Amino acid sequence: MLAQPYDVEVGAGTMSPDTFLRVLGPDPIAIAYIQPSRRPADGRYGENPNRLYKHTQLQVILKPPPEDIQEIYLESLEAIGIRLREHDIKFEEDNWEWPVGGAWGVGWQVMLDGLEITQFTYFQQCGGMDLDPISGEITYGLERIAAFLQDVDSLYDVVWAVDPKTGRAVTYGDIRLEEELQLSVYNFEAADIGKLWEHLRLYEAECQALLDEFHRNFKAEKSAERHEKIHDRVVHDGTGTPADEDLRVALRRFPILAAYELCLKCSHLFNLLDARGAISVTERVAVMARIRNMVVGVAKAYAAQRQSGGGR
Amino acid sequence: MADLLFEAGLEEIPARMIAAAEAELTERVVELLRRERLLKEEHEIHSYSTPRRLAVQVNGVLARQPDARRETTGPAWSVAFKDGQPTAAAQAFARKAGVGVEALEKISTPKGEYVSANVLHRGREASEVLGDLLAAELAALYWPKTMYWRPLKPERFVRPVRWMVALLDHAILPVEFAGVRAANLTWGHRILHGDAPVTIDHPDDYLGLLEAAKVTADVKLRQHRIRKALDLETRSVPGGRWREDAALLETVTHLTEWPSVVLGNFDPEYLELPDEVLVTVMRDHQKYFAVENAAGKLEPYFLAVLNTHPEEMGIDVIRHGHERVLRARFSDARFFWRVDQKIPLEDRVEMLKSVTFHKELGSYWDKTQANLQIAEKLAGLLEERGTVVDRKALLKAVELAKTDLTTELVKEFTELQGIVGGLYARAQGLGERVAQAIYWQYSPAAVEDPIPPTVEGQVLGIVDRVQTIVAMFSIGLEPTGSKDPFALRRAANAIVKILAETGLPLVRSDLVTAVPAELSEETRTKLAAFFEERLVFWLRDLRGFAYDVVNAVVAVRSDNMRDAIARAEALTAVRGSEDLAAIAAAFKRIKNILRQAEEKGALRPGQETGAANPDLLTDPAERGLRAEAMKLAPVVEELRRRQEYRQALEKIATLRPHVDLFFDKVMVMVDDKATRDNRLALISEVLSAFSRIADFSELVQA
Repeated sequence: MLAQPYDVEVGAGTMSPDTFLRVLGPDPIAIAYIQPSRRPADGRYGENPNRLYKHTQLQVILKPPPEDIQEIYLESLEAIGIRLREHDIKFEEDNWEWPVGGAWGVGWQVMLDGLEITQFTYFQQCGGMDLDPISGEITYGLERIAAFLQDVDSLYDVVWAVDPKTGRAVTYGDIRLEEELQLSVYNFEAADIGKLWEHLRLYEAECQALLDEFHRNFKAEKSAERHEKIHDRVVHDGTGTPADEDLRVALRRFPILAAYELCLKCSHLFNLLDARGAISVTERVAVMARIRNMVVGVAKAYAAQRQSGGGR
Repeated sequence: MADLLFEAGLEEIPARMIAAAEAELTERVVELLRRERLLKEEHEIHSYSTPRRLAVQVNGVLARQPDARRETTGPAWSVAFKDGQPTAAAQAFARKAGVGVEALEKISTPKGEYVSANVLHRGREASEVLGDLLAAELAALYWPKTMYWRPLKPERFVRPVRWMVALLDHAILPVEFAGVRAANLTWGHRILHGDAPVTIDHPDDYLGLLEAAKVTADVKLRQHRIRKALDLETRSVPGGRWREDAALLETVTHLTEWPSVVLGNFDPEYLELPDEVLVTVMRDHQKYFAVENAAGKLEPYFLAVLNTHPEEMGIDVIRHGHERVLRARFSDARFFWRVDQKIPLEDRVEMLKSVTFHKELGSYWDKTQANLQIAEKLAGLLEERGTVVDRKALLKAVELAKTDLTTELVKEFTELQGIVGGLYARAQGLGERVAQAIYWQYSPAAVEDPIPPTVEGQVLGIVDRVQTIVAMFSIGLEPTGSKDPFALRRAANAIVKILAETGLPLVRSDLVTAVPAELSEETRTKLAAFFEERLVFWLRDLRGFAYDVVNAVVAVRSDNMRDAIARAEALTAVRGSEDLAAIAAAFKRIKNILRQAEEKGALRPGQETGAANPDLLTDPAERGLRAEAMKLAPVVEELRRRQEYRQALEKIATLRPHVDLFFDKVMVMVDDKATRDNRLALISEVLSAFSRIADFSELVQA
């Protein structure tokens, strides 16, 4: 299935709930979506031809990964016009890790004539939980692939569109250069550090309040036993009492997905503060630990909600 | 006799893991054949690997295990036979052993008489044995990092297993692992050969058929071909040669199944960047070989090893692609270089406050402050002891040593830390002494690396490492067993190497006490033991001194590295002499006597015996020993002070006739207390006077 990009700032396509949350639990998925990713510290004021504050990934998640996932991937390159017999392609070890998300996997970077065009990962853990079944993740770096296909040295010279009547080309630079420049200025110079901290505090408090309420009502983390019980009563035992039915509805309605969005806000604000050079050594460790707790907490709550038949 | 082929086909194995896995699989399969008595006396072993496969071929496998007869012990004779008649127990045992009751024999054991049967163990078919056991050998391979891939997580392995070939001559062995059943089908090069499987009829066809499918499975051959191709491509650069790089060659060998080489070039204007940066980009980031001229200067070319043999048109496309990637990388590096110059190193010291050294120990700014204090103290000691140090340059280098951690270039190429700092210091006109010291601060990283060429660099190297070691010990993070996450052993090895090779007049306690840290007595003891262990490692494993020589030397003192080496050298030179061997034996005897005296209460533990009273010495042999010892001691002491250890040891050896005569004629542990005490005092004096270079009693006689 093809999905839309997620409309909250993320540092990587992996952080979209379509990856981060959907890889949890047993339900199979096969999903692909384009995801703009923002990394404030990578901004270069539009001056570096190969580095972007915001770049675009094509993210593919296959759970469980099919046996011929590598062959399918290679066919996808052929499909966009890369004739593999005319190129040098290698799968070189490259493992992926997102400590704040309690997530890691093993895999490769795929090198095409010396250019890293794809990150290929077999997810092993997410939200601090072992995955079973695992997912295969294929992340294509779209700007790089476009520059490769069009044989241009600067990402900004990639032709985005050509007017069929006049033949006038619109380049990536025409569309994005100002954004790269201005957002670099904002991220590195203009962002108000005090306000960023304040935003972070507010989003964190909101997310934490939701998580607290979830635990108060459902004790997802604290009592595996109770969680089993809810599961048994609700899923296996169709004769649930009215109270059980209420619990099921309440669990399903619980806005865990909103809590996840709040985590993403926090993560982006953290990255902004980092780019701004505003995070001291001790703060850094502490803030990362707090965000990790929230992200992992959300992932566990989401898994519990799904297991009980609630949520999406 | 038969031939065995076992191949496991995987998704691309990390290059760094392949060589060890290939060797281990081969060893395991051969060991399995041996254990199961399936290996012929004359046999041939071949092992192969590519990124997508590990394979073992053994020619000379028995088709079936030889039969064997073995004695098996059954119940006690008295239980098995009553009145000469077999009981039910005897019949049951005979049935189990596959023999008639009449074939049972009586054997005597320490526990009494038992029933015994000579049982024929029929050998099993090789195909059956291997079918049962091969998969376990594959599953048991060690991998530094593994993964799950199948639902319910039945097994972990380095990457998913996609096929297996298990053949004994023409027969497919029933091997199953990770949901894959072995067959006689393998796969060739992903792109050049494609999806069609290759059928292997017989193990001997394996290499040839793979070669036809564009896979060179023999690692040595593949590496040889890469070398040849590198040579050939470099010929078009007049006077050029590719820069030898064993580790890189190993890596690209394990990244390819069907290698070829393409020569590319880059804009000579990038040669304005330092060689170190260019080579790091090419080697570490792109796995390209650099090209240099006869003088070792870089030429604007590179060599990329491909995993394909492209068609004529393809080669230009591929070259063009690699050139573009390298151009982008170089342009990044130049961009970083230029951006970094906007903030000189001296303005970056403050920025170190936001670079974590260790979460309990603070930032690199904190570390730098500690390093400065240590450097001040050590510079003072060195000057007192007559070593010339440019104190100002040293302190500047220490202050700026870590600032390159804040540069874009080091963030991008972490392996260049130190080197970049040195290059920037030079570019920013901070002086050659400062630049050199910063540049070399992390060398030696491995024991075979060179030490810094300047005294300021050597001192910086010591300062930085001793601070790390002591700070880590102070919060309980010393290495234990195989765990050394902060590479403290390596750091200490570097300190030993620098002190040993330079002769800087610094001893261990100078270093440890220079570090501003609150240390408990326990930590100090641990640190002393840690450095002593590193010194022993250095002397024994790297300098090759005999272990007993090392023990003898270290037993006396271990805080002065260079002195310990000098003593070890002297002792090694003279230890073969008969006289010294006799002295060693005599000193061992003295130690024993003193210990026994303590045990018998004739001497209180740790008691000073005091000087022997010459008036109480009656026997000429003991008078002779004392006289000679008194004469010799100051001479030896003077030689020791001048560190002329060999001459000192040779002098000590001249004591031999007197020692021998003493033990020949004189009894120490006599009943008369005064005489006994006086003799104990005499031998104790001799022992301590001549054991200040080495503890001879540690020497082991050949």
